[in-house]
Amino acid sequence: MDQKTPLYDEHVALGGRIVSFAGWLLPVQYEGVISEHMAVREKCGLFDVSHMGEFILSGEKCTENLNHLLTNDYTVMADGQARYSPMCNERGGVVDDLIVYKKDDSHFFIVVNAANKDKDLAWMQEHLLDGAVLEDVSDSYAQLALQGPFAEEILRKIADPADIPEKYYSACFDRNVKGMQCIISRTGYTGEDGFEIYLSHEDAVNMWRLLLETGSGYGLVPCGLGARDTLRLEAAMPLYGHEMDDDVSPRETGLGIFVKMKKPGFIGKEALEEKGVPTVKRVGLKVTGRGIVREHCDVYQGDRKVGHTTSGTFLPYLKAAYAMAIVDKECLENGGQLAAEVRGKKVEVEVTPLPFYKRAQ
Amino acid sequence: MCLIPENLKYTATHEWVEELEDGRVKIGLTDYAQKELSDIVYVNLPEVEDEFEAGSEMADVESVKAVSTIYCPVSGKVAEINEELYDAPEKVNEAPYEAWLVILEDVSMTDGLLDNYEYAKVIEEEKD
Repeated sequence: MDQKTPLYDEHVALGGRIVSFAGWLLPVQYEGVISEHMAVREKCGLFDVSHMGEFILSGEKCTENLNHLLTNDYTVMADGQARYSPMCNERGGVVDDLIVYKKDDSHFFIVVNAANKDKDLAWMQEHLLDGAVLEDVSDSYAQLALQGPFAEEILRKIADPADIPEKYYSACFDRNVKGMQCIISRTGYTGEDGFEIYLSHEDAVNMWRLLLETGSGYGLVPCGLGARDTLRLEAAMPLYGHEMDDDVSPRETGLGIFVKMKKPGFIGKEALEEKGVPTVKRVGLKVTGRGIVREHCDVYQGDRKVGHTTSGTFLPYLKAAYAMAIVDKECLENGGQLAAEVRGKKVEVEVTPLPFYKRAQ
Repeated sequence: MCLIPENLKYTATHEWVEELEDGRVKIGLTDYAQKELSDIVYVNLPEVEDEFEAGSEMADVESVKAVSTIYCPVSGKVAEINEELYDAPEKVNEAPYEAWLVILEDVSMTDGLLDNYEYAKVIEEEKD
């Protein structure tokens, strides 16, 4: 049985087209994926991402536990800072990718993918070292994502400037916005500046309405999962289950920068050392032939299969079809001309740098 | 509300058929279908002289999120394709009854086509 977020009735009232996603009923779109995508690139969009899972890690030895469970290094981190990391299994595959927020030395807030929440909780509980306790607090939190160039201006209309994090990948804990307790973080999954706001289910509807009302003069629109996916793809952000899974290592999917091989033992380190430097690489493909290339298409160089696509569609801001693929590095030395097989037909693609889209700073 | 012009025939798979005076037929995608798909970004058309049986797969229409198959509503041979849609697939969203996909010749019509009332019923049932 799919769960409803506290905003379900809002989505229906706003004409959202509801779909089942990772065990949740959420809007895939309201007006349309393209218009919502463009709103986030040029103005602002508001997403209900309450399906995401939240854990709290507390205790004296949080840092040791994070460094053991995750591939990134959490040794030096300021209070309020956020840090992304893959979490590996013993084979070096990815259990999930997640964001860890440091509240203080003994309290960390962890945000995981909805589809992996139960798997993550079991995995982390099983591999936890002494000195820390992990608690699933997903049922206590709703999450809204306010994303786009006007996100800060809109938030400033309702929140005290001191409660708005200045730096990207940082958060303000225990804040109060118009009587609503929340965590405000400067993060997102769209390639734009923006905020993610964690708050109670009881306050979620009021915050959602307040933001939409406050942002209406700025062109703020509600956005669904469709635009969330096209935005993250345009910004070349990886999605669990697409660019990585239990059998793909973070280094194979272009996340090597988040794997600190020099760090003392962490789960998966030995397997990653054994695998050595990967022979495959995640690349961007621009479709130069006709059509749309989606995930799970085989990629060829001449007659030789060199990899497969992991995500792909028409990207609204760039107004062309693109895909991401994991390919043998070797094929990149022979020029970037490849083809993707779409329903039995080969469509020409060209290797192109990632990200496809990067916002002007 | 979806437009369902009364001068056209329809299929339960949401294609429209216009019988031209010269015996050829024009085929397109209904207003309901374009609304359901939304944001059409690519139309993959057959080639001129391709022949199709009624009910066979003839073309694909791709939205941002998914690909949908277009079935040939009648039997016939492709006389013309609307090449304009390669550069401007969004015309199927903007004007579904003007943005035809193909014109077929050597047509044998089938009895299974729906009139506007019958097609409206199909949509109602799908919505339920």
